[in-house]
Amino acid sequence: MSEETVAAAASNDASPTPPSFSVEVKSVSRVFRDSYGNGVTALDNVSLSVRKGEFVSLIGPSGCGKTTLLRLIAGLDSPQEGEVLVEGNPVTGTSHERGYVFQQANLFPWETVEENIAFGLKARGVYDQYRDDVAEYIEMAGLKGFERTYPHQISGGMAQRASLARALINRPKALLLDEPLGALDSFTRMDLQEKLLELWQKFSATVILVTHDIDEAVYLSDRIVIMTPRPGKISELLDADYPRPRNRSSARFVELRNRVLEKFHLAGAESQAEYAI
Amino acid sequence: MNGKVDRMGTTEKYWKPRSRTWQLLAVFSYVAALVLNVLIRPAIEVDEVPFRVLLAALAAYAGGRYLLSFFSEKIAVEYNHGSQFRFAVGMLLAVWDVLSSKTGVLPLPFFPGPAQIMEVMFLEWRVHLVNTLYSLRLFAAGFVAGSLCGVASGVMIGWSDRWNYWLFPIMKVVGVIPAIALVPIVLIIMPDTFSTAVALVAISAWFPVAFTTARGIRAINRSYFEAARTLGAGRGYMLRKIAIPGSVPSIFTGISTATGIAFSTLVVSEMIGARGGLGYYINIAMGWMNYASVYAAIVIMAISFTLVLTVINAIRNRLLIWQRGLVK
Repeated sequence: MSEETVAAAASNDASPTPPSFSVEVKSVSRVFRDSYGNGVTALDNVSLSVRKGEFVSLIGPSGCGKTTLLRLIAGLDSPQEGEVLVEGNPVTGTSHERGYVFQQANLFPWETVEENIAFGLKARGVYDQYRDDVAEYIEMAGLKGFERTYPHQISGGMAQRASLARALINRPKALLLDEPLGALDSFTRMDLQEKLLELWQKFSATVILVTHDIDEAVYLSDRIVIMTPRPGKISELLDADYPRPRNRSSARFVELRNRVLEKFHLAGAESQAEYAI
Repeated sequence: MNGKVDRMGTTEKYWKPRSRTWQLLAVFSYVAALVLNVLIRPAIEVDEVPFRVLLAALAAYAGGRYLLSFFSEKIAVEYNHGSQFRFAVGMLLAVWDVLSSKTGVLPLPFFPGPAQIMEVMFLEWRVHLVNTLYSLRLFAAGFVAGSLCGVASGVMIGWSDRWNYWLFPIMKVVGVIPAIALVPIVLIIMPDTFSTAVALVAISAWFPVAFTTARGIRAINRSYFEAARTLGAGRGYMLRKIAIPGSVPSIFTGISTATGIAFSTLVVSEMIGARGGLGYYINIAMGWMNYASVYAAIVIMAISFTLVLTVINAIRNRLLIWQRGLVK
């Protein structure tokens, strides 16, 4: 599929009035260069529109630029070409309105669970105003009784829940998740997937999830974006809009899963050839 | 039950096998040293009472711990583990006493016996106390000033790329100069010998602290800063809440190194021009060939410096409570 058709597919997919988009990525390119000027194209002319309240997953093999794309949306990185708009405004840096959850929970080890969750409120100087939220978000993350423990004392699943609560306490308009469940065992992972859905519905936030787990993407998303590497671009947009609660063994789930696998297989065969050269 | 004799694969702190014999021998060794001291007449003129009091106190302490070990398992385990060492200490004191004051085998005045050292400590305790306090005051002033400057400059160099570019290479070269080599320069700048000594101690503490602080801030995982940014933290907030707390382990690595260097700078600078302090006292005592006093000062130094290290470690453990149990 050529770049033009991908871009067209992306823009056809969305309604024409800009304010209904939460996140718009417009013809973005990002090349990483070392000190000697050798470059690797992480993203090549990528466009994507995400509606308000939509749950979108970005999947693809490593090196396809999915994390780079997420970091551009977060404002942790900036593109050489194109721009990213969030609710119509160009992204120029990070903002508490775009919460980001990392693969490693990334809790500050010198702060207690409670201090970690309250970090955003304190950093923005609104702690006095929203003080009561802290207990509520601790409760929501199922961490009651662990307020005064330090991150090294809790399990990976608990740490990731704390990390989610830490991002959500800022009431972000968009929640950007960079393989947040990738480092967890499968039971904890399924448990947290439920938690994620519950929170997404509660906060009606836009969620963009980077994952390498096809089942996870199919189970959680409204839409699945398949990316391919070298250079990183979007190869497929799949609607996964079927009713919730979903069942992992339903015919619809399996069919969708197979469709994603099929797309992957096509994309994969192409990159195999590249490796062979 | 076999005791663990190396550190491979064992995490037990107390690994010596239970032995009632060693537990009793530990108490016995101090009693034996005391009895020996009382029975044998000294070959030189010396007041042996302070040494006897020391041995009696050590024996009483060991005996007390032994008795308490019947009531507390914790004390029993600790006491049992240390009993062979206690025994060795008692025997060493006895042998030293016999070889020096009792028989004169060790040449005087260079190698006095424990009884002579204890005698000097008892007779001159006021002088020793004053000099110890003098040294500790000098150390505290210099070390606190040096460490604070070290943390401040380390934070600047670690935090700002610009400061790092200009100052890090300079610090690397200036920092390795032993503070003592700067005596001629510091003497000109400082108004008196006390402030010269304070400045020298401060300089020797500054470098290790600044260096490890700067390195510590640079070594903090970037993702903590990224997480803070996405949560709405500004630069100043990240400096206070990420960079500084994140570099506390490194700061204390520097402080530990700095303590040792600062101790030697302290003693040397006291020896070359102060009007008080343990280094000054050693110099004077050496001038009078009073070696018992020299050893007394060395013993006091060992005790007071150990106390200083204990205090620093306690502060460190308090501040790094979040690290306890973390993978080392």
